[in-house]
Amino acid sequence: MMLRSLGPASWRSGGLIAGLLAAALAAPWLVNDYLLTVLIIILYFAYAGQAWNIMTGFAGQLSLGHAVYVGLGAYVAAALFTRFGIAPWIALLAVIPVAMACGAIIGFLAFRFGVTGVYFAILTIAFAEFARVGFDHWDLVNASSGLFLPVKQYAHNDLWLLRGDPTMFYYVILAATVLAFALCFALRRSRVGYFWLAIREDEQAARAAGVATFRYKMYAVMASAAVTSFAGVFYAFFYNNLFPEQVFGISRSIEIILGPVIGGIGTLFGPILGAFVLTGLAEALNAGLAAFGLDLPGAKQLLYGFCLLIVVVALPEGVWPPLARRLGVTGVGK
Amino acid sequence: MPFDVYLNVAIGGILTGLVYGLMALGLSVIFGVVRVVNFAHGEMTTIAMFLAVLLFAAFHLDPLILLVPIAAVLFVFGYALQASLINPFVTRPEHSQFLLLVALAIIITNALLIVFGPDARSVQTSYSLDSFQFGRIIIDAAKVYAGGAAVVFALLLFGFFRFTLLGKAIRACADNYTGALVVGLDVRRLYALTFGIGAACVGAAGTMLVLVTDVTPMLGPAYTLLAFVIVIAGGLGSMAGALAGGVLIGVTEAMAGLLFTPSAKSMFVFAVLVLVLLFRPQGILGKRLA
Amino acid sequence: MTALLSLSAVSKRFRGLVAVDRVSFAVPRGIIFAVIGPNGAGKTTLFNMIAGAMPPDDGSITFDGEAIDRLPADEVCRRGIARTFQIVRPFPALSVEDNVTIGALLHRRDVGAARQRAQALLRRLDLFDLRERPASTLTLPDRKRLEVARALATEPQLLLLDEVMAGLRPTETDRMVAILQALNLQSGLTVLLIEHVMRAVMALASRVLVLDHGTAVAEGAPQEIVRNPAVVQSYLGAEAP
Repeated sequence: MMLRSLGPASWRSGGLIAGLLAAALAAPWLVNDYLLTVLIIILYFAYAGQAWNIMTGFAGQLSLGHAVYVGLGAYVAAALFTRFGIAPWIALLAVIPVAMACGAIIGFLAFRFGVTGVYFAILTIAFAEFARVGFDHWDLVNASSGLFLPVKQYAHNDLWLLRGDPTMFYYVILAATVLAFALCFALRRSRVGYFWLAIREDEQAARAAGVATFRYKMYAVMASAAVTSFAGVFYAFFYNNLFPEQVFGISRSIEIILGPVIGGIGTLFGPILGAFVLTGLAEALNAGLAAFGLDLPGAKQLLYGFCLLIVVVALPEGVWPPLARRLGVTGVGK
Repeated sequence: MPFDVYLNVAIGGILTGLVYGLMALGLSVIFGVVRVVNFAHGEMTTIAMFLAVLLFAAFHLDPLILLVPIAAVLFVFGYALQASLINPFVTRPEHSQFLLLVALAIIITNALLIVFGPDARSVQTSYSLDSFQFGRIIIDAAKVYAGGAAVVFALLLFGFFRFTLLGKAIRACADNYTGALVVGLDVRRLYALTFGIGAACVGAAGTMLVLVTDVTPMLGPAYTLLAFVIVIAGGLGSMAGALAGGVLIGVTEAMAGLLFTPSAKSMFVFAVLVLVLLFRPQGILGKRLA
Repeated sequence: MTALLSLSAVSKRFRGLVAVDRVSFAVPRGIIFAVIGPNGAGKTTLFNMIAGAMPPDDGSITFDGEAIDRLPADEVCRRGIARTFQIVRPFPALSVEDNVTIGALLHRRDVGAARQRAQALLRRLDLFDLRERPASTLTLPDRKRLEVARALATEPQLLLLDEVMAGLRPTETDRMVAILQALNLQSGLTVLLIEHVMRAVMALASRVLVLDHGTAVAEGAPQEIVRNPAVVQSYLGAEAP
């Protein structure tokens, strides 16, 4: 990765990143437990959104069933822990291959047989649905009754087994999000990243320029699947209960894409900004409703729907690009 | 299990499948002409279903009668939607259009959830528990009426596109957008009309569906997926294909519910999708892709 | 001396319409070869078959001694054939430099080296000053040169140009002609071009093939072709050189 000449835009971007990082590291001392949980959720979606971005934002393959990778990661790690006591970090050795295999199957079915664009998206939805119904009937993981992780009161945080208080989980997901950001930054400037962008822009023209489109699309799907699967592991150990409907449901897949779409598909800051905006608005909504003594299931999703509508109609690039231009930091977060 | 049971279930599946087919027909018509993938299709169906439940509860009118007004309401809804929101998106990139409709789908589903709550509602007509019997074959009366109405509606639609001037104008837009503009067709109005027609199909199908199943807001996404599988299986751009695909899916679903557990039947629907994509991507009646 | 590219009885049918009918010709290394003919003569279909975008129904296509008629487009490019499109297809949201870098990355692993190669090509094609601009903001002549730059970045031995002069004013046409002549003379690049603009064909090509309704009607030096009565009848008609 070459360092280009450091102009003012780069300084501003660097400053922005450094500032955010400092605030993020200090957060547990600055906010209460409730807000910390909110931040964890924000970072979770920022992470998952970044992972989704690899496939859709970079390579242009629209996935609307990304929950399948989260779910697979969650169930594999949880099952290995509850049955064999295997630590989540070791479980990754199984989780990642499983997720990549799933991605490879979807990719192969789609790319080999020319299923693209919207039909590809439908195929991804179908796979997630298939997983949902399948796991709902699979007794090995307790089917629809749900898989539960044992939660005991631990005297201290156990990072190895991911048992502990919110602060520990916060730093884990923060580290993951930072790493995901760094990974995407590197990928975007790599040879693979360039090929992905070419495929996204115009697949036929990319082929004419020598890009092995089948192979690189497969890489995108599998890489995205692998990175997303860790979100599943985190989910399992943070919430300690898994239900197929919750984990594989279409709402989950939609939630994953909302951050990047609203923030800005294909940009690096997009997923993070989008996650902040959405969760922030959702919490504000909850607080507002609570003030009126209302409890409306579906209100949050309705809000998400409107946010998506507004962004698609009025801000097609997402919220980040116009904001970046205003702040004068274009070129790095793109 | 005796053969009769299989036959009865299969016939029930065919009849339900015809209603599914009508719903998918709406999707096919919209995509075939306007080239927009209506991701809110199942959600629109759910609106129709709730309308049917409400109007039935209020006026005790049989769904077969409610078919017409509900189809009309949905027509207006579809027309307005296309004219106001979707028209500017016709020239935008595909995934932009898709996300617009995803947003609409989310809004519809959750608005329904807030207004009606998550509990299932149903319609009990005088013939809800009746059945017809031909020798050893027993079929639910409700399914017969629903399937029959679906066929009638579909035939009317075929006739409209084949024989009326307006129908031909719409087909002209589908075949050649620029050509249609050149000969002076008001393409935007025709698009809105087409979306309205597609929505009317959904209105009719939804009204029929309350005769055979309970209604919850969460049916929306499930029906969207179902409609897409049917259109892909039956063949893009083929109206008869949508019905044929509907029947195929209806039977598959019914038989899967019989042979395995009912709640797993969507897995088989999904399996049909994969098989079609692998072995006959143009669908049963579709034209071969380039 | 064996030809760089040779086609032997290549045919293509589209559901009953014969687009290309048993066309055979050979392109020797290092020349500029033009394919001309009325619209619908099958020229772009021919290009698509050579470039691997669609397979021929009959016949064979040989490049540098190897059969390429069943290969996919990206493999054909890797073997050394680069193409442009009749309707230009740059990568719209990417910068001019990124567009060409992608081409250069075909044979280079290192992104930095690819960028440098891209910049050199951009200088050659007078696009260096526009390198940071998104490709979608370029004018048509600039986009055409961008496509040529991207194609050249893949280090081809044979460059297929599909009506690259279309829509250009005479001064821009002359500019493009000059660039292509320089490339041909300096690096020995073999060029196969489809063209309607006779000014460019006469200036560039040393050999011309005339296609009409999918069949090869005549082949030879430009001066001969222009005087060939069959060619004049089918194509040149009122436009006498």
